[in-house]
Amino acid sequence: MYETSDFRKGLKVQIEGVPFEIVYFQFVKPGKGQAFTRTKMRNMISGTILERTFKSGEKLEKADLEERQMQYLYPEENFYVFMDTTSYEQLRMTADQLGENRFYLIDNLMCSVLVYNEKPIGVTPPNFVELEIVETEPGFKGDTSGGTTKPAKCSTGLEIQVPLFINQNEIVRIDTRTGDYAERAKK
Amino acid sequence: MSRERVALAQLSALSPRTHTRVAGRVVHADELGVVLCDASGNARIAWSAPCAPGALVELDGAWDGARFVCDSVVQSRVPMRSPFAPNSEFQRLQANERRIATHLTQRARVMRAIREYFDHREFLEVETPLAVPSPGLDPHLDALGVSWRGPERYLITSPEYQMKRLLAGGLERIYQLAKCFRADEIGSRHQPEFTMLEWYRAYAGVGEVMHDTEQLVAHVALTLHGRPSLFSGAREIDVTPPWPRITLREAFQWFAGISMDEVVADDDRFYRLLVESVEPALEGVGAAFLWEYPASMASLARKKPSDPSVAERFEAYVAGLELCNGFGELTDPQEQRARLQQDQASRRADGKVVYPIDERFMEALEEGMPASGGNALGVDRLVMLVLGAEHIEDVLAIPASRL
Repeated sequence: MYETSDFRKGLKVQIEGVPFEIVYFQFVKPGKGQAFTRTKMRNMISGTILERTFKSGEKLEKADLEERQMQYLYPEENFYVFMDTTSYEQLRMTADQLGENRFYLIDNLMCSVLVYNEKPIGVTPPNFVELEIVETEPGFKGDTSGGTTKPAKCSTGLEIQVPLFINQNEIVRIDTRTGDYAERAKK
Repeated sequence: MSRERVALAQLSALSPRTHTRVAGRVVHADELGVVLCDASGNARIAWSAPCAPGALVELDGAWDGARFVCDSVVQSRVPMRSPFAPNSEFQRLQANERRIATHLTQRARVMRAIREYFDHREFLEVETPLAVPSPGLDPHLDALGVSWRGPERYLITSPEYQMKRLLAGGLERIYQLAKCFRADEIGSRHQPEFTMLEWYRAYAGVGEVMHDTEQLVAHVALTLHGRPSLFSGAREIDVTPPWPRITLREAFQWFAGISMDEVVADDDRFYRLLVESVEPALEGVGAAFLWEYPASMASLARKKPSDPSVAERFEAYVAGLELCNGFGELTDPQEQRARLQQDQASRRADGKVVYPIDERFMEALEEGMPASGGNALGVDRLVMLVLGAEHIEDVLAIPASRL
């Protein structure tokens, strides 16, 4: 069981037998009154968004999902193909099902695939992946006012902010939970 | 003789060939030298044998009209841990798109503008104790206890009792910028430790304090932005006074389509409608007051003399963000004691810690506190609105999550 204080983005809960993923939550406590958590949850089967307000301390069941370790193989038409490395069983998922996580998929990446009633409904990549920077301004452009990061594009199409010292063709580690640059990958 | 250090942002004001010293963190290195970052900003440094990114350096050299050219290294130190890692202090304050360091500069300006507003109106800035015998008995506020060998103490949830003692003592206009503490309140708009601005006017009512509130917020906005505007994300909110005043009765009727009197007896239903219908509707309104709360939610406000079913209590909302909670203060010691006892009973029934009644506060009311208006305003939230920050952590030097 989860309590409202456990809520975070990506938490998977179950309401009346249906798995939901929390996509937004906010602790609210109007006028010295009762505390609530306002949420938006994505129905993991239909993809629709449900808005719901929970009283603080309310409990929710964990989503009854099977998590399988699978390897990402390749894109095929509009699908992304994953394989169970012990049974060699393959599963296909759409870009919609993968959401932002599709930008972390590099060949042979081991991911955790969520399966509900035999059907894949989501993928969690490892916490860190290493991606190549394919596009970024060289080093520093003489701008003395701005911050110390700059935009960069990765081989998978992911757009991130990186420190100024990162150059094109370098490999960087990215935290997939936040989508932030973590560090320069060790060569 | 050692050279005086120049801030990186001031370099371009130097005349060419001035010899000087710079210091800061290396954020980029290449064949031309480095980019250095100090509290004032970044600058390109020509340096033939540069340190790797992350190093802290002090460099002597000369400004050549376009760049600083390093001729000797006074000090350099390569840190043990990367300052660019996601959790590092440098990353959070300087090297991140949100530039928390600039937020802290704006925060300090907001604090100065608040003091300026009250000082010009002959309010006295006071400081009262943070560790007290009773942190307040509001049924839905929980305090942090202090662990020591002396008498039982809690950290204040607001400095209200102590400031009211000062009113009984004859001070008439007082304000305080105090840290307050509320357990289990954490989120994008809540921190268990936060900064409260609380002020009181003796011989005045709720109207004067509402007036103070809109004037103060407009003053802060003008000081920071040169115009009476606050921001909810990128959305600009005009905070020119006067702000609309919406009674709770009107708000429930308009935004929830229900009579407030119908739900007032049911705490759960009342707050759920406030959260699900009223507050979201207020997001579309700019700056506004909600006022005349049901008498049962009066807290420390007095009942409205012409309609005792409601209390002289108000809150200001800016783009749906609750900014403050103010009262025409309850000064009747008998009614105050009855309400505190009722709050104690309600806490007991909910299985919560039952804090004692602050008898020094009660004695002050018995001594006589003049009719007064007071307000408590969340400073962190005001700073969020000044900056358009979406998360309270973005306006804090060190949020609770980083302790």
